[in-house]
Amino acid sequence: MKNAVGREIPQEILKKTGKEVFRGTHYYDGKPVQKVGPKTNVVINNNGSKLVDTIHDVLVKCKIKNGMTLSFHHHFRNGDKVLNMVMAEVHKMGIKNLTICASSLGAQNDPIIPMIEDGTITNIESSGVRGGIGQAISEGKLKGLAIMRSHGGRVRAIETGESHVDIAFIGAPTADEYGNLNANGGKADCGVLSYSAVDAMYADKVVAITDTLVPFPNLPAQITQTYVDYVVVVDEIGDPAKIATGAAKPTTDQRKLLMAKYCTDFVINTPYFKDGFSYQTGVGGASIASTIYLAEIMRERNIHMGFGVGGIAKPMCDLLDEGLCRVLVDTQDFDQPSIENIRTNPNHYYITAGEYANPFNKGAYVNKLDFVILASLEVDVNFNCNVVVGSDGVITGAQGGHPDTAAGAKCTIVITPIMQGRIPSICTEVTTVTTPGEDVDVVVTDYGIAINPKRKDLMEAVKGKGLPIKTIEELRDIAYAITGEPEKVQFGRRVVGVIEARDGSIIDVVREIKPFEFKAEKKPAKRTAKKK
Amino acid sequence: MEIKKPAVAGTMESSDCMVTVEPGNGSIEFTLDSTVAHQFGNQIRKVTMETLERLDIDNVKISIVDKGALDCTVKARIEGAVYRSVDQYDNLPWGGAIK
Amino acid sequence: MINEQKKKRLRRSMMFLNGQKPSLIKDPYIYKADSLMFDLEDAVAATAKDTARFSLYHALTTIDYRGSEKVCRINGLDTDLWKEDIRCVVAADIEVIRIPKCENAEMVRQVEAEVLKAEKEFGKEEGQTLLMAALESAKGVLNAYEVCTASPRMIGIALSGGDYTKDLQTTITGTGVELMGARQHMIIAARAAGVQCFDTIWSNLDDMEGFRKDVETIKKMGFDGKSCINPRQIDIVHDIYTPTQKDIIFAEKVIKEIDDKKAKGIGVFTVDGKMIDIAFYDGAKRTIMLAKASGVYKGDL
Repeated sequence: MKNAVGREIPQEILKKTGKEVFRGTHYYDGKPVQKVGPKTNVVINNNGSKLVDTIHDVLVKCKIKNGMTLSFHHHFRNGDKVLNMVMAEVHKMGIKNLTICASSLGAQNDPIIPMIEDGTITNIESSGVRGGIGQAISEGKLKGLAIMRSHGGRVRAIETGESHVDIAFIGAPTADEYGNLNANGGKADCGVLSYSAVDAMYADKVVAITDTLVPFPNLPAQITQTYVDYVVVVDEIGDPAKIATGAAKPTTDQRKLLMAKYCTDFVINTPYFKDGFSYQTGVGGASIASTIYLAEIMRERNIHMGFGVGGIAKPMCDLLDEGLCRVLVDTQDFDQPSIENIRTNPNHYYITAGEYANPFNKGAYVNKLDFVILASLEVDVNFNCNVVVGSDGVITGAQGGHPDTAAGAKCTIVITPIMQGRIPSICTEVTTVTTPGEDVDVVVTDYGIAINPKRKDLMEAVKGKGLPIKTIEELRDIAYAITGEPEKVQFGRRVVGVIEARDGSIIDVVREIKPFEFKAEKKPAKRTAKKK
Repeated sequence: MEIKKPAVAGTMESSDCMVTVEPGNGSIEFTLDSTVAHQFGNQIRKVTMETLERLDIDNVKISIVDKGALDCTVKARIEGAVYRSVDQYDNLPWGGAIK
Repeated sequence: MINEQKKKRLRRSMMFLNGQKPSLIKDPYIYKADSLMFDLEDAVAATAKDTARFSLYHALTTIDYRGSEKVCRINGLDTDLWKEDIRCVVAADIEVIRIPKCENAEMVRQVEAEVLKAEKEFGKEEGQTLLMAALESAKGVLNAYEVCTASPRMIGIALSGGDYTKDLQTTITGTGVELMGARQHMIIAARAAGVQCFDTIWSNLDDMEGFRKDVETIKKMGFDGKSCINPRQIDIVHDIYTPTQKDIIFAEKVIKEIDDKKAKGIGVFTVDGKMIDIAFYDGAKRTIMLAKASGVYKGDL
């Protein structure tokens, strides 16, 4: 069945998942939705401690069994040790058919690949997958399906019971023996525990894993004792050097600087750029450079940002410290300075992933965004974006907050060079749709800026401002004139992954990869093809 | 032209390709390993065959390891390898067989 | 036929590119340098001299450089490479050939002869290939005037500061003191010969402030442009070469006054109540050209 972005979703997948096809970003707006509650083992006794000696013991206490769903967060990013540590123990116990429900998975989790191969893990739910796990899924090694959801979509899925977490494992930089958890301090400081909040509130069993036990009560707590069943102390939950890097040096790549300049010049010519505006941006070179350019204009015109949202990096903290931004609301920290900043600047606030982006609550922060600056692997002439599947057909990225912020912001800007190597980023049809074009307003490239034709107001606003405005088709044509027109990735038949829209409907599917094959030729000759 | 000895041209850098030619077994034997095979594999093969035809070569083992080179680079690397294989560095047919 | 218009085109920035690297020659025009200089000389390793030519030939004949002038630096006349370099790039319709390590008029004429031969061989219009020379030694700098006047194809000369300061037995200091004499001498020679003059590169990319000062200095000295090694430098050069609104308004008045009076057969010109000379005319034209290139001219000239 075809969905609202023109993608054919196979009947068997609709049947298997019980999901519907995507009908548009605002399909559920205003409709009532029933949420579920978790099973709670009440604690009335005053025996005190929730401490359990080992991961093994806690798994036994949680009565882990085949077919359960285990959840994890990715606040420790490339330095995460919790997921691997828990899964190694689960594997030893011989538990099978598990579903991993993680806020994201990356190369740091590659040690679980053998557990996918041997049937320990048969389903994966995640914002996306980078590294070897993506390769394994795309090769068809996962028995079940990989479901990719946005950060907001994950909260929705858990709160509505679509995804039921049996045991949540929350790596906590600091914890007390009764389960008050915080991200600030400790050896594996990560700033916030935003993605874990929903796991804590909705999982049947909640296990905190820490390497820094502090005296009770551990206040202020981002996750409180009322949600936590057990606390396990281990040697190391993360590698601080890989959790957050130092502040990224501002880029010196002129192409990125050029796109940053175009982006900022666009932003300041829209009606949304006025005192009190709100803004979210990423950590790519062009995004950071455009924040720095923007700050110059803000100083010049005495315009202040009302609030900044999202994954936070140093340039946004600098705006806050300088007084150019009133408030930061934070769901993830990308570098050491932002972890430091949330501890020291009282206007830098922790929010949960649900507050940030869940489409099925009474209004998320993303709805209050004026601007969001995003990146994308591909954008097509319908402004659909792909941030998950690479040009080789392999799952290689994550939705993150892309679809959430794109849907929420009044002006959604995607920055991408017109081509990456020989792959045109602006194309006729993206390999996989992960964010619908209806939510993308502007595409900024090194060859010019395209505005979504439905945004006549934005076209009017920037007219005559000296910006290199082009149509999206013109940008595609420029790209194709340089690279040649690309053929489509050749996939196998089997569906290995489902791309969920924010509301849980299916926006696209990902099929297993297969080796590239040449088209049949007229002239017979001895030829061989290989593709790594 | 006849391939006299094995020769290589190009690099493994992004947007480049490395072409190896060797004397053939009576036909064109073509191997491709490309980061953009899905999108441009057929095109690279087409450009390779056209370039070899212009150079009047029908007996060669040619292998290309491609890192996203544009057509003009693929051509240049094939010609680079072919002329190395015959040790010709001057009086090249610019605009003729090289086109 | 030599295109005089083309010879005098705007050349504020000339960006150096390694002719051997496909990633660099793919689309450098997005940085909007006035000229792109594809290098076959020092940037290309000895083992890649032959393959760089194929790469450059196809780039020049395939890629649309969108208005940036195409210049090629060939290998030195003391090598066995430069003649084939010339055949390659002339066949590919290069606009300008840059002669490295040029020391005298004879070297220019040697190149000119090969270029003419190549133009004939490949059926190109005779004179379509222009020349420029890099002066990289004390001798070259001293002979600047004879180099400038050695061929009608010559568009100008460029200082190559690295080699030149070695020859002087000093180094690039960042203060410009070691380049003072060469710069002054070259600009005088170029102007006397009616050709353009380009300054050497600035290699310290961490010192963008120093770069800016350097470009301000050479602009004041009269140089037509600066050699750039990184696209980041281009905007700064263009910024400095952008005329002020005051300059533009004055230039406009000069041109309108002289055109108007000439049409009426009057030989005395006044702007803002002051007498001006016909010698102001070319400078005013140049100001308007710079203003147009910088995107700041909104008038009707």
